[in-house]
Amino acid sequence: MLARIRWGGVPGFVIRRVLLGLIVLIMVSIVVFAATQALPGDPARAILGRSATPQSLAALRLKLHLNQPVFTQYWTWLTGLLRGNLGTSLAAQEPVTTLLRPKLVNSSVLVAVSAILSIPLSIAIGSWAALKREKIFDTLSSNLLLVLAAIPEFVVAVVLVLLLATTVSHVLPAISNIPPGSGPWNYPSALVLPVLTLVIVVAPYVARIVRASMIEVLESDYIEMARLKGLPERTVMIRHALPNALGPVFQVIALNLAYLAGGIVVVEFVFAYAGIGSALRDAVLNHDLPVVQALAMLIAALYVALNLLADVATIMVTPRLRTRL
Amino acid sequence: MIPAAGPDVAAAGVPLETPPVRATSLLRRSLRLWRTRIGVGLVGLLVLLAIVGPFVAPYGQSAPVGAPNALPGGKAALGTDYLGQDVLSRLLDGGRSILITAFIATAAGLIVGVVIGLIAAYARNALDDVLMRAMDVIMAFPQIMLALVAVAVVGAHAWVIVVALALTTVPRIARVARGAALPVVERDFIACAEAMGVPRWRILFVELLPNTLGPLMVEASLRMTYSIAVIAALAFLGLSTDPNGANWGTMIYENQTVLPIQPWGAVAPIIAIALLTMGTGLIGDGIARTAAGIDRSRGGE
Amino acid sequence: MNTPAVASESAEPAQAAVTVRDLQIDVAETRTPVVTDISFEITPGEVFGLVGESGSGKTTVGLALLGHARHGLAIAGGSVLLGGRDILALSDEQLRRLRGSVVSYVPQDPASSLNPALRVGLQLREVLEAHAGERDGRGAVRADHSARIAETMREVALPDDPRFLRRYPHELSGGQQQRIGLAMAFANRPRLIVLDEPTTGLDVTTQAHVLSTVRELAKLHDVAALYVSHDLAVVAALARRVAVMYAGRIVELGTAEALFTSAGHPYTRRLIGAIPRLTGGRSLLGIPGHAASPGNRPPGCSFAPRCSLRIEQCEQEIPALRPVSADHMVRCIRAEEVLTQEQRRIGDPIDMPAAEDLAALRLDSVVASYGRVEVVHSVSLSLAAHECLALVGESGSGKTTIARAIAGLHRNWTGKITLGDVPLQASARRRDADSRRRIQYIFQNPYGSLNPRRTVGDIIEQPLRLFGTASGRDASRRVAEMLERVSLTASYAARYPDQLSGGERQRVAIARALVCDPAVLVCDEVTSALDVSVQAAIVELLGNLQRDLGLSMLFITHNLPLVRSIAQRVAVLHEGVIAEIGDAAQVLGTPGQPYTRQLIADTPSLEVAIAEVGLGEPPVEPAPTG
Repeated sequence: MLARIRWGGVPGFVIRRVLLGLIVLIMVSIVVFAATQALPGDPARAILGRSATPQSLAALRLKLHLNQPVFTQYWTWLTGLLRGNLGTSLAAQEPVTTLLRPKLVNSSVLVAVSAILSIPLSIAIGSWAALKREKIFDTLSSNLLLVLAAIPEFVVAVVLVLLLATTVSHVLPAISNIPPGSGPWNYPSALVLPVLTLVIVVAPYVARIVRASMIEVLESDYIEMARLKGLPERTVMIRHALPNALGPVFQVIALNLAYLAGGIVVVEFVFAYAGIGSALRDAVLNHDLPVVQALAMLIAALYVALNLLADVATIMVTPRLRTRL
Repeated sequence: MIPAAGPDVAAAGVPLETPPVRATSLLRRSLRLWRTRIGVGLVGLLVLLAIVGPFVAPYGQSAPVGAPNALPGGKAALGTDYLGQDVLSRLLDGGRSILITAFIATAAGLIVGVVIGLIAAYARNALDDVLMRAMDVIMAFPQIMLALVAVAVVGAHAWVIVVALALTTVPRIARVARGAALPVVERDFIACAEAMGVPRWRILFVELLPNTLGPLMVEASLRMTYSIAVIAALAFLGLSTDPNGANWGTMIYENQTVLPIQPWGAVAPIIAIALLTMGTGLIGDGIARTAAGIDRSRGGE
Repeated sequence: MNTPAVASESAEPAQAAVTVRDLQIDVAETRTPVVTDISFEITPGEVFGLVGESGSGKTTVGLALLGHARHGLAIAGGSVLLGGRDILALSDEQLRRLRGSVVSYVPQDPASSLNPALRVGLQLREVLEAHAGERDGRGAVRADHSARIAETMREVALPDDPRFLRRYPHELSGGQQQRIGLAMAFANRPRLIVLDEPTTGLDVTTQAHVLSTVRELAKLHDVAALYVSHDLAVVAALARRVAVMYAGRIVELGTAEALFTSAGHPYTRRLIGAIPRLTGGRSLLGIPGHAASPGNRPPGCSFAPRCSLRIEQCEQEIPALRPVSADHMVRCIRAEEVLTQEQRRIGDPIDMPAAEDLAALRLDSVVASYGRVEVVHSVSLSLAAHECLALVGESGSGKTTIARAIAGLHRNWTGKITLGDVPLQASARRRDADSRRRIQYIFQNPYGSLNPRRTVGDIIEQPLRLFGTASGRDASRRVAEMLERVSLTASYAARYPDQLSGGERQRVAIARALVCDPAVLVCDEVTSALDVSVQAAIVELLGNLQRDLGLSMLFITHNLPLVRSIAQRVAVLHEGVIAEIGDAAQVLGTPGQPYTRQLIADTPSLEVAIAEVGLGEPPVEPAPTG
């Protein structure tokens, strides 16, 4: 298997991981394609519904290349994808790329802002709770985080709307009314609630993971030994504990971003935010297959890339794993 | 007088392994914690509500009871929703489908995931690689997205959602099962069974599985929490299986816009879902803490 | 409470490097005492041995000398005087300044005590930098770190060039890691060093080097050293004075001479009697039962339940630690009797039945590999019926690989392995049921070899069910029989492994192995993870069973002296090749090969240590009276 080829050192590892990622992506594309077009049954009929006329069905089949052998269909689709041609939206009759590009920008801004807030927050809370474990801050925050982490994101979203936009107060807009053509940065108040929701949904879960891995580091033998050598506590924390806690932190960051990517689907819908999340929801309702395929591949590619980056970053900060390569 | 059994293993470079705890005693012990009790209470309450609810609802779920969006009072204890239906009745009706779907999906994912994870851990060779890569492929999608894609293609049927959810649960469980099984597979009692020629399936399910139950139970409750959340979210997005039926997620979706006027149409199901997921989350956390606590007290001396 | 009445004649309190008085350490939450009434002192340049088995509390005492208690424990009382100051009364900051510079610690497991993310050079340098500008153990202020580092590296026999210092801990061998630990401890020329079993897990040869380094450095820098260990042989060779701990108390304290030639406490005597001897096929005697854990200790003398000399008074009050001669204190009301007991040998030399000619197991030119690396290079040996053959070697010698190949667990080998007259397949799964039944394997780690989720009875019954030897009530009867055979009662069948001690678990493993009447028993380091006294009992049991049941036994160990107590022949394995093979008494008494000679020379043994001091044969168990 490709994974077992022993190429040397860190560059070799990176290449191996990238190849692995590509293989996973190809498998994902097969799955996406199979799920949407290659299933038994008639996609054309599923899209147009029962009341479709034979002519419209035939036209659609031609358009979607459904009459060709499956493999050819797949190949056409895949090569199109790689060339940047994501197909044409059935609902909007536009190329998918034109349709999605502004939404992609919007979602990226949303995710970026949420990440900038939630990553340091979760690391800080998790680390502090680990440092002061079993004391008041830890017990309080752990319980609060547990409760928050369990609640589904749309519940959080609606509660926030209730509290801040409609019933309890009217501080913020309930809907993110960003006119098409302009970016969210021109309307910061439209971002507040969606970002807040995302942060509340993602940060607690990640903070708990940070806490657990920090505790593992803090209770290790080498930290005890560092104290027994008479090192000042600050040195123990910064020089000894931190580097060992970094490895897991990269995984945590990747996890953070991955959850955010999943969370935008619902959050964008609640706030009518024009991003790829709500685009996906609309495409699903309309059976707009090309858009669904494109979005699925996009998000999958993002996941794979994030995991890859996290793995490579972890290797870089863990000397023990580096020399084993 | 026989002295109590104490450790008489020298620190001779052999790590004193903390023995895993039996499943039943883990559950029992975790019930000693407040959080587990609260969690069980919440879940129990809501499950009861979901099962018994339809029988005690004052009105049918689709029967108009009064003016739409009326505040609580008179005939409707929690007011009416946007169609004039009784919020309370719909609340009592709305939990069942969520719970049943979530339960079936999680259970299916659990069974398949455990089998895959254990086989991968035990095989430790190319089979392990292949299985885990396959799991990676499935995990390349957020759970809700796979469900959305499936619904986009096939339609919003209950079985579609169950299959999609089960499918995305499988790799997450498999990962945990494999992670829990790997250290156990290295232990000598497995080697002993192999040397004696115990059949492979027996080793997997009689020797290996019982020793991985701790982490598995924690993950199972986590997955249950998540399944409930995803199903409710799907309903919220307007993709529920029965558009007219009562479903907590759908209720929130329907009554979202009238929040300023009559909050209860959305707030009541919100509270129900929140309490349910909090309950499962607390149970999982309780089990996790008990397992960790046992490990700690066994290892230290 | 029980302060020593007679101070040792050589040191006045002001001259002692460290004086411990009435030290007590409790479990923090429950206030249950873990160690109590600990008092001793160490003079500069002296190595003081603290001996005890697991659960005795010796590591806890060692750490307390740095003012440190492990998570969950708390120092409850007493004082530790270092240079006149009580370190238990110091503030955190003052304590921090002492650690690593005036008193330092060498941990047991160097691999986990070194930070895997930092280079070793940095970890060494920071000990100097953290205390730079302070006065060190000698009162001098340090200046040049690099010079000191180079000097220290040379002292511990490590390369002093910067390239070595740039390595990460995982790039060093176990011995090198331990030396870095020593370097870190000695770098600031402390007054007191606490060494916590620093040679555990190291090869005999490496261990010998590390021990001589410790001895030299202590002498060179006039450092007082507390050497904590369970290994009496090592302590005998290294320490001038020794304290023996049992169940959280010091039960005997005196010079190594006095202790090892005529100990005053029954526990010490039994402990010494449990140590395997390189010379003489004497049977080992273990101590029945086990030490009580904190909170479960009996009123009165803690050792009384296991002591053959106990009288009623022993169970009523805790004896005081009192002097029985100059510089020798014992915590036993019958100490005088114990001392004057006639020294007699227990157990005659083992009557080993002559081996028959028919080989029970044969290896012919077996070559075994891991992946592409060959670790066993064409080994041939034969195990006669009813014989016990010991296979000794250091780690990496290939002995475990051979054992696992025989059991069918290691499949990557070529050559021929024959059981009786049946050639064996490489993989256990491919062998027929009868072959699998006739070879049984006992593993090293008692905590890993039993399934924690099954009862003891289930575990022992499994082979019966698997091989169809017995079933139903018949099987339960066999299980009960086996339990009795291994000196456990039939009531154990309902228990779970985590309710058993390490020694009891090994007995269960033995019962499981023997329940199906195997022909060959492979014992892979089965006592290496057990306390000395328990080890003796297990070896005794195995020896008896082997003789009674007529088993052929392959006994794998790295512990040379142990061989004499159980095996007729021994094969010495060195880097995958048999260096020497022959009659045990002969090979170990008059070794032919240089490697064997080196191995024996490096093995710490009690007799050698005593011989060096110039005294006779160490005493053994006094005749039981009560």
